[in-house]
Amino acid sequence: MKKVIMGNHALSYGAMLSRAQVIAAYPITPQTQVVELLSEMCADGTLNAKFIKVESEHSAMAACLGASLAGARTFTATSAQGLALMHELLHWASGGRLPVVMGNINRAMAPGWSIWTDQNDSLSQRDTGWIQFYCASNQEVLDTVIQAFKVSEKLMIPSMIVLDAFALSHTYEVVDVPDQDKVDAYLPPFNPPFRLTPDDPHAFGGLTSPEHYMELRYKLQKDMEKVPALVEETGKEYEKMFGRYLGQVDEYLCDDAEFIFVTSGTAGYTARVVVDELREKGIKAGNLRIKLFRPFPFEKVRSILSKVPKVAVVDRNISYGHHGIFYQEVKSAMYGQPHQPVIFGFITGLGGRDITRDTFKEIADYALSKSQAEEEIVWIGVKK
Amino acid sequence: MTKERKMTLTIPKEELMSPGHLACQGCGASLAMRLALKALGQRTVVCIPACCWAVIDGPFPHSSLDIPIYHCAFETAASSASGVKAGLEMVGDTETTVLAWAGDGGTFDIGLQALSGAAERNEDIIYACYDNEAYMNTGIQRSSATPLGAWTTTTPVKHYKKHPKKDIIGIMAAHRIPYVATASVAYPEDMVKKFKKAKEIKGTRFIHIFAPCPAGWKSRPEDTIKLARLAVQTGYFPLYEVEYGEKWTLNLKIKERKPIAEYLKLQGRFRHLKDDEIAMIQKEVDANWERLLKRCEQ
Ligand SMILES: Cc1ncc(C[n+]2csc(CCOP(=O)(O)OP(=O)(O)O)c2C)c(N)n1
Ligand SMILES: [Mg+2]
Repeated sequence: MKKVIMGNHALSYGAMLSRAQVIAAYPITPQTQVVELLSEMCADGTLNAKFIKVESEHSAMAACLGASLAGARTFTATSAQGLALMHELLHWASGGRLPVVMGNINRAMAPGWSIWTDQNDSLSQRDTGWIQFYCASNQEVLDTVIQAFKVSEKLMIPSMIVLDAFALSHTYEVVDVPDQDKVDAYLPPFNPPFRLTPDDPHAFGGLTSPEHYMELRYKLQKDMEKVPALVEETGKEYEKMFGRYLGQVDEYLCDDAEFIFVTSGTAGYTARVVVDELREKGIKAGNLRIKLFRPFPFEKVRSILSKVPKVAVVDRNISYGHHGIFYQEVKSAMYGQPHQPVIFGFITGLGGRDITRDTFKEIADYALSKSQAEEEIVWIGVKK
Repeated sequence: MTKERKMTLTIPKEELMSPGHLACQGCGASLAMRLALKALGQRTVVCIPACCWAVIDGPFPHSSLDIPIYHCAFETAASSASGVKAGLEMVGDTETTVLAWAGDGGTFDIGLQALSGAAERNEDIIYACYDNEAYMNTGIQRSSATPLGAWTTTTPVKHYKKHPKKDIIGIMAAHRIPYVATASVAYPEDMVKKFKKAKEIKGTRFIHIFAPCPAGWKSRPEDTIKLARLAVQTGYFPLYEVEYGEKWTLNLKIKERKPIAEYLKLQGRFRHLKDDEIAMIQKEVDANWERLLKRCEQ
């Protein structure tokens, strides 16, 4: 059924169709509507789930982990300060191999207080062992929640679905809400290999000596490495059933491109307007939107970028004292490759400053007029 | 000839809060700050966690308060204030009053751990909680201060709040800190008196302020004071204080309490309640009132 819904509700519908059984969440702008709709669905019986209205995000994640270990499918959503407060338990989720699925609305970190979008909140959680998907439309948000449960539960690794504050969270779009029975056929009930049950007692997460700890982490990494292929497989299966392919990246006119904007989140669609304009002028531009950020889709990115002379990575985030984070990641993916493009790193749009068509035009002007970047970081739209 | 009656104004004239702040019409929380600062004076530092007040103050680079403000993380009002007090003392300022100013969510829920820690250490701070009975800044979600029977966006009408409000005064009194009090924006003299009294005490002081929120309660802005007064007159939010966890004093005796229905009916958040549910709430108010009277008699 087609519905006009906001990005936040796309998360709620995704969780509902996935038949999340335990939801524990705490309100934070701009995530609140995710939780409000789910709480209504639980109240009116649309969703048969327990909704725990906890007193903090730390407790939200802790409750999800308990429920997940008990064998229930769990969902939560948060943003910025809330995600940061969960940090300890994000490690707990992946280290404990608990496939929680969480929505995170990208919001800039305080201080100063901001409710507007940038990616430093979720990218600060890069190394916590979560799968991260950056979405660019409400349809993609809904679909990815369902896919994420499938991927997470297969590998027992938690997933984070990331969307831009307001630009997506509060934007209404037409979304095809799939039928429940079809989703049920795609996503079987959660049936973990181990769980907290007196029928088969195990101790989870106890003291682990140097003799064993490293192997647990090695296994987590090995399973992480399986994610890209599984995303492809489950994404194609999704396409067969629902007509929409869900991949690791989203390419726009990349095949013959000589210049590519690498983006993530909604900014990619703005980039495409400028790609079209550049093409009209005879410049073969393209856009590569990275959707799967962790694990990093090395193969995909390499196969696309190694054919291109020039690449502009656009970051709505920064690793202070280093570079934009996608820029680092793309450079590290291309390091040592036989054909290396010239890669430029741009930082823009922090704290919700708009990323517009002019932003991409300025980026293209810079990159196309230079053989190398003149600065380590090229700032666009900053009042210096 | 009628005799001229004289009233003495006990509320200081000094204004430390200026107009131009961002509060909604009829906001109880903004009145509460204005009154509290009149009592505490300019040598006050305030720590404000995420809450409406983090916004009411005004956007960067503006501020509507004439005192320094530390905008701190949501769960850290009490621990931030503990640090500020220690820091000030170490740089030679032992005079400044350190005030933590948080909403009910920042106090009853996410900040309770830090508050309990500070109270147990008897930190030399005043902790004021303005209670509008929900997370208003994020758009009216329940907190553990939301009363029994109330609608919020996370306690929809079909599943209205089924648990009574957390007894925060009981919790704070159990820490045996020097001073715990309730206050209401409808009783400004009483509130100013309490903040002045708190200022003269050393150790952790906790003041729980009843602050109606028209936007969240679905009440009329002009009813804010009326509602706050009714909350006291019905015995729903009595004015009292507790010293060292031992000495309980009722500050305003009420001979005949008004029925709670009078208070409830002015607010959209209770509109769905049926007579038997109102009776249940009345019972809850009665029981709390009786319990309080007993404590105050001892
Ligand atoms: C760690 C964290 N979680 C969530 C939030 C979002 N948040 C900001 S204010 C607020 C509610 C505050 O409620 P309350 O303390 O009652 O103050 P009020 O808004 O009602 O004045 C929430 C949930 C946040 N800023 N930080
Ligand atoms: Mg509140």
